[in-house]
Amino acid sequence: MKTKRKKIDYSKWGYLFILPFFLCFFIFSFIPLADTIRYSFFEYYRSGIKEIGPNFIGMENYASLLQSDMLKYAGNTLVLWMIGFIPQIVIALMLAQWFVDSRLKIHGTQFFKVVIYLPNLIMASAFAMLFFTMFSTNGPVNAILSSMGLISQPVDFLGSVFGTRSLVGFMNFLMWFGNTTIMLMAAIMGISPDIFEASELDGCNSMQRFFHITLPLIRPILAYTLITSIIGGLQMFDVPQILTNGQGSPDRTSMTLIMFLNSHLKSKNYGMAGALSVYLFIVSGILCFIVYRITNDDDADGSKAAARKAKRKRRK
Amino acid sequence: MKKKIVSILLLAAITAGALAGCGKTDASSQTAGGIENVEEGRVINIYCWNNEFRERVEAVYPEVKETSKDGTVTTLNDGTEIHWIVNPNQDGVYQQKLDEALLKQADAAPDDKVDIFLSETDYVNKYTDADADVAMPLVDLGIDPDTDLADQYSFTKVTASDANGVQRGSTWQCCPGLLVYRRDIAQEVFGTDDPEEIGKKVKDWDTIKGTAKELSDKGYFTFASYADTFRLYGNSIEQPWVSEGETVIKVDQKIMNWVNDSKEWLDAGYLDKTVKGQWNDDWNKAMGSSSKVFAFLFPAWGIDFTLKPNWDGGDGAWAVTNPPQEYNWGGSYVHACTGTDNPQHVKDIILALTADKDNLLKVSKEYSDFTNAQSSMQAAAKDDANFSSDFLGGQNAFQYFAPVAENIVMAPLSAYDQGCVELIQNSFSDYLQGKVDFEKAKANFETAIKERYPEITEIQWPE
Repeated sequence: MKTKRKKIDYSKWGYLFILPFFLCFFIFSFIPLADTIRYSFFEYYRSGIKEIGPNFIGMENYASLLQSDMLKYAGNTLVLWMIGFIPQIVIALMLAQWFVDSRLKIHGTQFFKVVIYLPNLIMASAFAMLFFTMFSTNGPVNAILSSMGLISQPVDFLGSVFGTRSLVGFMNFLMWFGNTTIMLMAAIMGISPDIFEASELDGCNSMQRFFHITLPLIRPILAYTLITSIIGGLQMFDVPQILTNGQGSPDRTSMTLIMFLNSHLKSKNYGMAGALSVYLFIVSGILCFIVYRITNDDDADGSKAAARKAKRKRRK
Repeated sequence: MKKKIVSILLLAAITAGALAGCGKTDASSQTAGGIENVEEGRVINIYCWNNEFRERVEAVYPEVKETSKDGTVTTLNDGTEIHWIVNPNQDGVYQQKLDEALLKQADAAPDDKVDIFLSETDYVNKYTDADADVAMPLVDLGIDPDTDLADQYSFTKVTASDANGVQRGSTWQCCPGLLVYRRDIAQEVFGTDDPEEIGKKVKDWDTIKGTAKELSDKGYFTFASYADTFRLYGNSIEQPWVSEGETVIKVDQKIMNWVNDSKEWLDAGYLDKTVKGQWNDDWNKAMGSSSKVFAFLFPAWGIDFTLKPNWDGGDGAWAVTNPPQEYNWGGSYVHACTGTDNPQHVKDIILALTADKDNLLKVSKEYSDFTNAQSSMQAAAKDDANFSSDFLGGQNAFQYFAPVAENIVMAPLSAYDQGCVELIQNSFSDYLQGKVDFEKAKANFETAIKERYPEITEIQWPE
């Protein structure tokens, strides 16, 4: 019997080509992930050089985490993230708008784009180390300020909650605003020039154009930036860790969730650290789901919803 | 800065593994050589936390041929290589790395096995534990502590022994601490820099408080930081932090005295408020010529290894005298690691470094280290011609070290000492600087210590 060939099937090549990724993912990401979740139900740590466990203890790790200061550290993380994110998004929006505005005729945009992206290329820990040295009590910043006669006593930047938090925020801002600017520029350039021209003919000023045309049209990208930044912020570690020597000082007010996780790993406490990771995983998962919904929204400008609403009204 | 760079690299590694759930790095076990060596292995792996031990080995071990420029490999005359695996002590990084290696010891290829590792007084107890059995009893190596190490100070031998009294490590140094002060400040404030005279002014805590007042009136600080005095209190605790077989931390009254006295001193302006703890930039700068700090509390290694590199002036600016209280700070113990493939070399190194009288005397002479040989040290104390230090303006420091060493009573040790000592200082640092109140500092210590040692169930504070 002859089989009738309906079409040539190339799909096996496709599967073959994506196989390496899935293999790597399975070995290096999936198995550790499953292990982490498994260990989170165990008592498993090291006391001195003796290993304790693994003993199955059910949800005990999760419960004891809830009783610990975890929520406080989550709050710290959120505050640190916000201090960095708010200026970041404002400055990035402004710069993106200026860079794409052809009538401003800014020279050397390419140059500036590279420069503002540069801080992102420095390793975060090196950056934190630099700030740690610069802002130490007997460091150069204090020396400059006092030689200018602005202060009489050295300022204890890293000894105050405000100082430490704002330094962390400032570093995150410096590192990420270039990245965000470039992303938002791409979004603004994606808007059809016709709309801007039409708005100008209608006598729209630049403020109105920004708030009523640009902003609504880049909303999906904005949301994407927000969510990815939150997920990144949840994992904030290297900057505060180095800046505060892993203590989250003063009084653990700049201790982030991952620093908390790290201090469990000091005693190789895989159980507790695993449970904390699972909490983080769930939160990140929810956030990812939201961003997925937003970016896959076929009703980006809200016109369909408006139409539905109008229809309902008519029916009444 | 090297320490910092290493720690940055470590942090990067930790970050990478953090969310992925501490992915186990498959250390691809190198099949080194593959030839079954009946004799000694070709590589001696030594775990330590700085260059001190290497420098001592280079100075006195006769077999040393040369060390590579980056200081990672030392070649011996017979071609055997010593590989130095250096990890910083801070934040428990050294112990983490060492523990990692010790757990793999049984499966490691002969040349990857740890042969010698060092430990500090703060955590020597963890490694000499008889059940853990990671440090070989010296007897098994062919060293008889009673005869070969007879001249060592007995408290160092007790410290390096397990609960059954089997000695599992040996040290070349003994760390009686002294008070090191700036001669120029002494001249200005007290009109004399004579160690005898200054010694009288700092002989106990009550007297030194009066002296601190005099110094502060002239605009000087007595010590740099509240952490400087910690050892004096911390090493005279009466009960161990954690008793054998218990999971309760008992904070000694002496520690609380440290907190209260430090608060008083700091508020009175006897300590420099801008220096927060030790081993940081501000602390190092406090040892410079532009600093207003009068004195530091250091054992011999501190003067040679910490004070000297940080001092930017000429020789002869510092002098030593008796401390307000006798204390011991540090001490690096050398252990032969169970499973070593170079027992003969290890034995030779330990004997050459910690038992050979001439070698120890040489180290004392060249590095002003107070070494672990009672008779030699007593002789050195009287031998001004050979043991005067240029850095101390020709003073013979051994004259002051020797009596302190003889009077040292080691505080009872536990495996938790390092974490406790580190974290209690961190937690109360916030209190001393006025960031949190006393109760909050206590609570912060409890949180931090339970994170570090999950098995701890309770923390008891003195009444």
